[in-house]
Amino acid sequence: MLFRKFSLLIYALLILIPLVVVLLTSVKTLQETFRDPLGLPDGGFKFDNYVAIFQEQTMAGYFLNSTIVTLFSVSFTLLLAAMVAFGITRMNNWIGNVLFAVFTLGMMVPAQVIMVPLYSLMLDLGLTNSLLGLILVNISSTLPIAVFILTGFMKTLPKELFEASTIDGAGNWKMFTKVAIPLSLPSISATAIFLFVMHWNDLLYPLLFITDNAYKTLPLALLEFQGQYSTNYPMLFTGVIIASAPMVIAYVFLQRYFVAGITAGAVKG
Amino acid sequence: MRISKSIYLFFLPGLVLYSLFFLYPTISALFYSFTDWDGLSTAFQFVGIDNYTRAFTGDSIFQKTIGNNLKFMLTVVVFQTLVALAFALIVIKNTKTNVFLRALYFFPTILSSVSVAFIWAFIYDPSMGILNQVLELIGLDFLAQNWLGNSNIAIYSLAITQVWFHAGQMLIIFVAGLQAIPEELYEVAKIEGASKWQTFKSVTWPLLAPSATIVVAYTTIQSFKAFDLVFAMTGGGPNNSTEIIATYIYDVAFKSYQFGYASAISIIFMVIIALITYLQFKALRSDRVSY
Repeated sequence: MLFRKFSLLIYALLILIPLVVVLLTSVKTLQETFRDPLGLPDGGFKFDNYVAIFQEQTMAGYFLNSTIVTLFSVSFTLLLAAMVAFGITRMNNWIGNVLFAVFTLGMMVPAQVIMVPLYSLMLDLGLTNSLLGLILVNISSTLPIAVFILTGFMKTLPKELFEASTIDGAGNWKMFTKVAIPLSLPSISATAIFLFVMHWNDLLYPLLFITDNAYKTLPLALLEFQGQYSTNYPMLFTGVIIASAPMVIAYVFLQRYFVAGITAGAVKG
Repeated sequence: MRISKSIYLFFLPGLVLYSLFFLYPTISALFYSFTDWDGLSTAFQFVGIDNYTRAFTGDSIFQKTIGNNLKFMLTVVVFQTLVALAFALIVIKNTKTNVFLRALYFFPTILSSVSVAFIWAFIYDPSMGILNQVLELIGLDFLAQNWLGNSNIAIYSLAITQVWFHAGQMLIIFVAGLQAIPEELYEVAKIEGASKWQTFKSVTWPLLAPSATIVVAYTTIQSFKAFDLVFAMTGGGPNNSTEIIATYIYDVAFKSYQFGYASAISIIFMVIIALITYLQFKALRSDRVSY
């Protein structure tokens, strides 16, 4: 029993200590960090790093880019995936099955496999250094998993609900918005959380397609801070905190949903 | 019941995007893998299977990369699965403390790879890093290392970071699997006087097999896709000792502009992933248990 509690504590500390160190380091100066990397800052917390990072970097711009890309990518992935899932569920025949197979095939192919031809395609289409370009690629890369999860869910909905609305004279679109979407909300919101985390944190696509500071998202900007600040960990960690803040805050409040949503994405992906 | 033809419109936007930004690049990767395209010029030549021959026989870095990927994968799969399972068994009951601990262990999953890379760069830092300081504190300073700079151990340092990053998520999958095992089976085992180990061996483990398969398969694929983490922590160095297939594709394509060759490696990469996924599906089928 004691051994179990001890192990739990050790694991908890392995997670907590690095996080506390990140927080503490962000309110220390570089000299203090060199002198005593793990100690408290002398003379209280200083928020100079936070001020400096906003002065030296276009942080607000990166933040805005990440927000725009994430919001559009998540909502359009969900909308398009829900439409496809609805189509497959309603058709319920071999065409639907083939389309389902075509879409879910995408789950097997890692983004890194297509990065080379995708890069030249984006170049040809003039979609590099563009938030729209990032959003379009994001949508198509997460469509497979979203189609997979939402189709799985919609197929469990009782058919009678759809049939009943047909008798009422509802067309496909009305059936989609009035029946399929509302009933699938639990699955849609779980998928939404999974997608939020994924798109907010994505590095590969911005790394491939964005070179202009005006369009960089937080993970890419953060990566490049390493080049500028080298081992200036107070600055790097200030960046880490700002970039992670939205997800961390959301996690604190919606923890249960995060755990369920992300795990469902992992299991089904 | 007849369904109106307008149902096809529901596929249209998704299918257009997916075909353009996914299917088309996938097929062109196959096409370019038989060429010597440099990614910039419009002219290129067909070189048959030369790129593939080169990958398997003439490119020692690629072969090293496969080895690195295997080291990374095996370390992550073994440690991550053991840690996740061991801790899942302890925090299985939904008490307040356990729910809190699960959420804490899960926490790193929501961070970006770049953030995790920075945190662990600080932990591994040879001069002011937490790890070396702790080792010194407990009198094990002879173990202190340049964790990411030593080409013999850097890949394992990265693997440990990956475990820290994702073990919590696997733990949740195990907890879900464990909670699905009917309580009565444990009661029966208890009545029959089974020891703890016997209970684990004959009740828990067989019924946990589907979750274990998911965890192992997911972890395996995840470790092939650990591009972000490796890229941000070591960039494949020192001396290509942490280069994995994904980062190598990036280097070949975007640093030495051999798009044709990079495409061939991409196709090999895709075949490896498809093989693992196929084995995963097969294992899941055969592991299905009935009570």
